[in-house]
Amino acid sequence: MSAALSVWVGGIGLWAPGAGDWHAFREIVSGAATAGETARPAADVLPPNERRRAPESVLLAAAAAGQAVRMSGREADTLPCVFASAHGDQVITDYMCQTLATAPAELSPTKFHNSVHNAPAGYWTIATHCHASSSAVSGGEYAFGAGLLEAATLAVADDRDVLLASYDIAGSGPLGEMTTTTGPFAVALVLSPRADGAAVRLDITPEPGNSGGEPLGDAWLDGIAASNPSARAIPLMRALALTRPTALRVAAAQGLDLHIDVGVAG
Amino acid sequence: MPHPMPPLAIRAYTATSALGRGLSAHADALAASRGGLAPNDFSVAPLACWIGRVAGVEDEPLPARFAEWECRNNRLAWLALQQDGFADAVHAARERYGSARVAVLLGTSTASIGSTEEGYRRLEDGRMPADLHRAVIHTPHSLAGFVAAAFDLDGPCLTVATACSSSAKVFANAERMIRLGLIDAAVVGGTDTLCDSVLFGFNALELVSPEPCRPFDARRSGISIGEAAGFALLERAVGDDDAPLLIGYGEASDAHHMSTPHPEGLGAELALRDALARAGIEPSDVDYINLHGTASQKNDEVEAALVARAFPASTRASSTKGFTGHTLGAAGILETAITLLAMRDGSVPGNLGADAPDPLCGPQMAWTREERDIRIALSNSFGFGGNNACLAFARAGYLA
Repeated sequence: MSAALSVWVGGIGLWAPGAGDWHAFREIVSGAATAGETARPAADVLPPNERRRAPESVLLAAAAAGQAVRMSGREADTLPCVFASAHGDQVITDYMCQTLATAPAELSPTKFHNSVHNAPAGYWTIATHCHASSSAVSGGEYAFGAGLLEAATLAVADDRDVLLASYDIAGSGPLGEMTTTTGPFAVALVLSPRADGAAVRLDITPEPGNSGGEPLGDAWLDGIAASNPSARAIPLMRALALTRPTALRVAAAQGLDLHIDVGVAG
Repeated sequence: MPHPMPPLAIRAYTATSALGRGLSAHADALAASRGGLAPNDFSVAPLACWIGRVAGVEDEPLPARFAEWECRNNRLAWLALQQDGFADAVHAARERYGSARVAVLLGTSTASIGSTEEGYRRLEDGRMPADLHRAVIHTPHSLAGFVAAAFDLDGPCLTVATACSSSAKVFANAERMIRLGLIDAAVVGGTDTLCDSVLFGFNALELVSPEPCRPFDARRSGISIGEAAGFALLERAVGDDDAPLLIGYGEASDAHHMSTPHPEGLGAELALRDALARAGIEPSDVDYINLHGTASQKNDEVEAALVARAFPASTRASSTKGFTGHTLGAAGILETAITLLAMRDGSVPGNLGADAPDPLCGPQMAWTREERDIRIALSNSFGFGGNNACLAFARAGYLA
C-alpha cells in the first residue's frame, strides 16, 4: 500500500535538556558525546530586544525553528509554518490565572498578548518577515503527531515546503500539576513535497489505534520523552539522528497513530 | 498563486450566540436588526462594558457520561451541537464513512481556561480543587477532545488556536485533508466562552468599549466581547450539489506586530487574494463580505480601506459584531453561519451599532439591512499575531 503522505526532511532543529541543538542531540544518540549542561535556547532569529523579553515558549520554539530553517537552506520568509504545542506557555497561563484570582485589574497587557497560543507563530513571522500562512495547533498529549500530520498535509496539498515546530515548556503552579509537563523540549522540521537532495523521506500513513510509545531503553531519551508532550517526537528524532531506515508509530490523536516509514537515500 | 480548489459541500451547519440557539434565532435577529449585547454581568468583579452572553449555559450541565469534560466552554459546544439537526448529521456521516474517516478540526482561543481560572480562585491547599482535578479541561485541546469523544470519532483531531482567526482556519485544514483523501468528512467550527482572561486581558490592552461596540463608526471606542459556538459538516461536493459550498480560503501573516494589524492591511489583502485565487473568482463576483469589523480603531481603519480599494460598489459589506459582540476564536464559524444565512435568505445584515460612518468606508458598506441576491460571499477573520483568514462561500445550487 502506498503511503498517504510522503515528505522529505529538508532541515531539523531540536532543543532538549542536555542537548542545545540538533548537532548535539545527534552526537549523544550516536554515542559520540554525553548529555551536557544546556544554556537558554539560542533563538538568534529573534532581534536582540525581542530575545531578551520573549517568553520561554517563544524562545524555545524559535530556537528549534531557526536551526531547521538554517539547515534547510530555505528562506524563512517563504515558508508557511505550523507551530504545535500541547499546552502553550504554561508559565504565562499560571501567571494569568493567579493574577485574575487575586488582582484582575492588574493583569499585564503584554503577558495577555503573549498568552495566545499563536505567540511563537506571531513572533516568528514578525522576525522573519514571513507573510505566508502561519498556524498554531494543539492535539493535547498528541500535539506533536497532530502537528506533523497537519504540516505534512499542508506541504503535499499546496506543493510547498513547510516549517513545523513543536514545543512545550515545563508546567508551573497548580496548572503544572494538571499538565504533568516536567521539562522543556522543542523540535522543528522543514518538510518538502520533493526530494531536492534531501537524505531522508517520511512516508506517513494514518492507522487506527495507539500502539507506539514503548520506551527506547535509553534512560536519557526515555526521560525526555516522558517529560513533555512535544517530546513524543523522540523516537522519530532518534531515527533521524541515526539516519537508518526504520518504521515507527507516532500518535496523532486519541485512537489514531501515524505509521511512519523513515527512508534514507543511497 | 494557488490553483482553484474543488468546492466542498457544507452538509449541515449551526450557531449559538447571544442572538440565541440555532439558525432560526440568528436569522430572526438579523432580519429584525435586533442585537444581543447587554451590560456585563459576568465574573466576580464585572468590568463596566457590554458583552454578548449566551443565556442559560450555567443551568444546563453536560450529560453525566461526559462529566469529565464538564466546563462552560464544552457546555456551550454541546448546546450548539443539539441545534438544527447537526448532531444527527454527524452521526449519519460517521455511519456512512466510519469513525476514522471523519475529522474533528476546531478553533478556539481560550478553550476551557475559565475552569482553570475558577480552580485558581478556590485552590485547596495550593492545588486545583478536587472537582476540577481533571486534566482534559486544563488544556487548549479540551474542546476538540470533547467533541471527538462526544461523537466517538477517532480520525484526525486538531485544535487550531490562532486567536480570532481560529475557527475560520479550520475550513482550510479540512479542505486539505479531504482533497488528499485522508478523510471523507470533517466537523469544523469552534467555541469560545466568556472568561476573565479575555475580559480583563483586552481591558488591559485598552481595547474594550464602555458602550455597545460600533463597528466602522467614526466614534467607535473598542470591542464588546461575546461568546459563541458553531459547527459545520464538510464533505466533497457532488455534481449538482444542493448544499451551500466552501469554494475558497486564504491564509496569510502580517509579520508586523503581536496585537495591532499591519497599517496597510498587507496580511489581510494577501489572505483575500489567496481566497479569490482558490475560488477562481474576481472581486466583482463577490456579492457580500461579512467583515471582521471588531470596532477597534485599527482593525476597522485597515479593513475599511481594504474593502474600499479592492471591491466595486456592487459588493455589499458589513460587520455583525454589533449583534453578537466579538466572539474571538468562535468568530470565524459564527460569522460563517451568518454569511450562509445571508445567502440563503437573500438578506445582507446591517452593520448594527454605527450611526456616524467612518469616512474611510467606501460605498460597499451596508449600514442597514438590504434585500439582495447573494450568490458568492466572503467572511474575514483576523487574529492577534497578525494571523489572517478569509473564507469564500457560494450559495446552494452554484454548481447546478
